[in-house]
Amino acid sequence: MKVALNKKILDKNTECAIRNKAFFRDNKTLCLNVISSPGSGKTTIISKTVTDIGDKLKIGVVEGDIKTDIDAQKVRAAGAVAVQIETRGACHLTAEQVTGALSAIGAGDLDVVFIENVGNLVCPSAFDLGEQARVVVLSVPEGDDKPAKYPGTFAKADVLLINKIDLIDYIDFSLDRVIADVRSLKPKLEIFQVSATTGEGMQGWYDWLQARARDFAGQKS
Amino acid sequence: MHETMVAQSIIEAITAEAQKQQARPIAARISCGQLNPINEEVLNFAFEAIAKGTVCEGTKLTVVEITLKCTCKKCGRTHGFDIYSPACPGCGSTDFDINPDAPLLLEEIEFE
Ligand SMILES: Nc1nc2c(ncn2[C@@H]2O[C@H](COP(=O)(O)OP(=O)(O)O)[C@@H](O)[C@H]2O)c(=O)[nH]1
Ligand SMILES: [Mg+2]
Ligand SMILES: [Zn+2]
Repeated sequence: MKVALNKKILDKNTECAIRNKAFFRDNKTLCLNVISSPGSGKTTIISKTVTDIGDKLKIGVVEGDIKTDIDAQKVRAAGAVAVQIETRGACHLTAEQVTGALSAIGAGDLDVVFIENVGNLVCPSAFDLGEQARVVVLSVPEGDDKPAKYPGTFAKADVLLINKIDLIDYIDFSLDRVIADVRSLKPKLEIFQVSATTGEGMQGWYDWLQARARDFAGQKS
Repeated sequence: MHETMVAQSIIEAITAEAQKQQARPIAARISCGQLNPINEEVLNFAFEAIAKGTVCEGTKLTVVEITLKCTCKKCGRTHGFDIYSPACPGCGSTDFDINPDAPLLLEEIEFE
């Protein structure tokens, strides 16, 4: 006997993500889910952002890693409130884990919450955490073929930070190719070319972030 | 390997349906979008491990990947999305909108 169901899978995660999203909307806290390969510069970008505009925006960070709280310590050192989630082997964060972390950082009183997802260009993209926008980081040394190889992650991005732009002269990396590929996946993607270590290009990202946080806080809930 | 969480979610859904039907499930069909692919082998491996000792033990999963489509902005024709050759087979234009990716679905369960 065959039974047709057509039931959505992972719906528990989605339900939980919807509750997180409502929490962020009600508290006017802008939540960004930051996704990249390990080592692209997520922690460095978040730390630098906190250092440079932490006086204008109250920023909190939910750090996801398979092991250790090294990253939470780093962003705390930059001045952010932070909580670490150790996924103990899991390759992505779930909406439920984020829910648990929000009270630990007093997320309701913040302007912006960054969720640094587990370094991985495949799995995190399938899990909505309730964020208002997704920020994908691609660093120059990873190569320009990544959007073509991991279209799912790039197609769901709202912002692309092309990081380590300070290394562009040393590495065979075609910016034109990356931009053409991601635009075909997502025409309205915001793209910033940055270096989190030299600070090059970071102002454009800060302007976007501040404008977005302001718009979001101004919305009626 | 988020297949483990997907497997967990499938087991819950199949178990609920098995209770309703009062029957033992032997196979199930999953479908997913191309932007959110699920590896059939890895999924079955995770599923077997979690299903041990439950009503789902022995149930085989098959995964069907639904092709991502896009719609040509010039001629309106719908065609498969291929980042390496994005031109419309109808008119040659590379200007298109990507259609929504298919969701992850438990399409059908076969009971004994
Ligand atoms: N040259 C260069 N190195 C960077 C840049 N951003 C980060 N890094 C380095 O890349 C390494 C990984 O950075 P991290 O922020 O830990 O990456 P994550 O794994 O994505 O969080 C560290 O050694 C950083 O100092 C950059 O813009 N330029
Ligand atoms: Mg990190
Ligand atoms: Zn056409």
